[in-house]
Amino acid sequence: MRTLFKTSYAADIDHLVHPGERFRVLALLVGALALPLVLSNFQLTEMNLLFCYALAGIGLMVLTGFTGQVSFGHAAFLAIGAYGHVFFLERGVPFLLALPLGGAAAAVAGWVIGRAASKMHGFYLAIATLAFAILVETVLGAARPVTGGHIGKSVPEIFVLGIDFSAPVYQYYLYLAVLVFFIWGVANLMRSANGRAMIAVRDSETSAQALGVNLGRVKLWAFMLSAFITGIAGGLMGHQLMFLTPETFNMNESLKLLLMIVVGGLGSISGALIGAVFVSFLPNIILMLHAVLPKSVSFQSGFEPLFFGLIIAGFVIFEPDGLYGRWRKLRLFLETYPYYKRATFTRQKRYLKTERFK
Amino acid sequence: MQFTDALFLLTSGLAQGSGYALVAIGFVFIYRATEIVNFAHGDLMMFGAFFALTFVSSWGFGFWPGVALAVLAMGVFGFLLDAVVMRRVVGESASIVFILTVAIGVVLKSLAGIIWGYPAQVLPNPLTGSVQIGSIAVASSRLAIIGGMLLSCIALYLFLTRTLLGLAIQAASQNQLAAYYSRVPVKLLISVVWGIGAMVAAVAGVLMAPITQVSPEIAVIGIKALAGAVIGGFGSIPGAVLGCLLIGVAEPFLDFAYPPLQGVYAYAIMLIVLAIRPEGLLPQTFRKKV
Repeated sequence: MRTLFKTSYAADIDHLVHPGERFRVLALLVGALALPLVLSNFQLTEMNLLFCYALAGIGLMVLTGFTGQVSFGHAAFLAIGAYGHVFFLERGVPFLLALPLGGAAAAVAGWVIGRAASKMHGFYLAIATLAFAILVETVLGAARPVTGGHIGKSVPEIFVLGIDFSAPVYQYYLYLAVLVFFIWGVANLMRSANGRAMIAVRDSETSAQALGVNLGRVKLWAFMLSAFITGIAGGLMGHQLMFLTPETFNMNESLKLLLMIVVGGLGSISGALIGAVFVSFLPNIILMLHAVLPKSVSFQSGFEPLFFGLIIAGFVIFEPDGLYGRWRKLRLFLETYPYYKRATFTRQKRYLKTERFK
Repeated sequence: MQFTDALFLLTSGLAQGSGYALVAIGFVFIYRATEIVNFAHGDLMMFGAFFALTFVSSWGFGFWPGVALAVLAMGVFGFLLDAVVMRRVVGESASIVFILTVAIGVVLKSLAGIIWGYPAQVLPNPLTGSVQIGSIAVASSRLAIIGGMLLSCIALYLFLTRTLLGLAIQAASQNQLAAYYSRVPVKLLISVVWGIGAMVAAVAGVLMAPITQVSPEIAVIGIKALAGAVIGGFGSIPGAVLGCLLIGVAEPFLDFAYPPLQGVYAYAIMLIVLAIRPEGLLPQTFRKKV
């Protein structure tokens, strides 16, 4: 394996350590910028939705991948972001302001939910978010004057600084810019003191606390940031769906977000992006399965969640590092051939010692 | 609202709450032994009810043998669930394990829908009469839930404190490695714990069947039971029972007061309790002192 010599502080905190990484990121960026030249309008719309999912995935990754807290109801923050964004747009707030306001609404909701739960063991947050997601879906259906209830609500077109952004190409570049901005922001956050505190909380709450990390505060900030980014993703997603109903943001959607980061690989931004690509190819895979499996199984309404659940369980059991972890192993295998050792990636297991002390 | 109506809502709420509590007992038991929160417990309950339905109605075993067989089958199912699936993630981070149990729950729910279908089905119920208590008549099936819950609590308490197996489970729950060094068969015990948890869930499913019918949708009771356990103070069986009874009783009154939010009051109560008193009514979890 190539040893990297870090000769300055700047090199130590560099985002992209390997020379190959710089090239790959540059190629990806240039490719993304050039993509509208070859894609049709329909495919561009699909790409826009992919960007929304990638952004939501990064939001959830901040919480689950980096801070080690699980949220089973992140679709609720998508919903709050989307409805909040539309709420402000309808009252004449310009797009560039309404989008962060929608995200802020989600962050405030995150604060309310996370404030108490973040002081407790991680599963409190998991249960609270699960309950919150069900609650939000019902409340959105009941609050008809504001949200349109179960009939739904149409989303206005995008106007940025007076320019009509209804063409998919414009939206593509707008969404790409937002996504790149947040990738850059989260990558920067993760090398700051706060980001490292989050990772410390994920790896061991006890040792993080011993090092002077305020557990409740870090968890709450991570949760709020996560809700904010997901809320922004929800606002953007609304413009692609064009029509919001509470059912759009049901448990299945939360499950999809979770699937995304587990499949992509917990604990890396690349994981969220890979997961988003995977999720947008899922409908094609499901179509293929429809052709193979008997109709009595594959056309049931429970088939899609079954498939989601099996994928999540499979990845958790057999490859907890996700596709990105698989890629890292493959890269190391190629770089160090023939000296690759499986044990390089074996993780130390911790057996249960209860923390319920009296 | 008339006084008798209120009494009726109160008794049906108590029965409903006892049903939640029965589910909660199962996953609190698993949680105390392994510190794994089983988000799929409601789905195990639903599976238990479907097993009973299959044995009693489809295969014609009669009510009692069919139910006994269903409870045993769920015991085996829970044992295998741990031995085959959950054991693979022992020692992984807690968040990964939560995600796995939720995924299992989703798989079980969809499987039930595919195997048995979504429309609600009726499990034959031998307890059809009702008991007159004061001015109101209480269906005996509701009394059975309350009685079943109390019996399960006592049985589990005696099992954990008076039997060698129960003490071994307590030892394993304190420190797995130390228990293992003391010749406690930790792996086997954890699977047994899952088996017992699943059996309690099956009992809950059968007892709740006269009220809820049998459909994949009844798995939502598991989430309400989680909410109840959080209200009571997660990790203690008395706390979980108390919390579940509380939401069980509060739900029908709140549903009556403002119907548009029907069915989600349990979660609202839980979020409010979390905001005011995060450790629950009877606190059980304490932070490790550094």
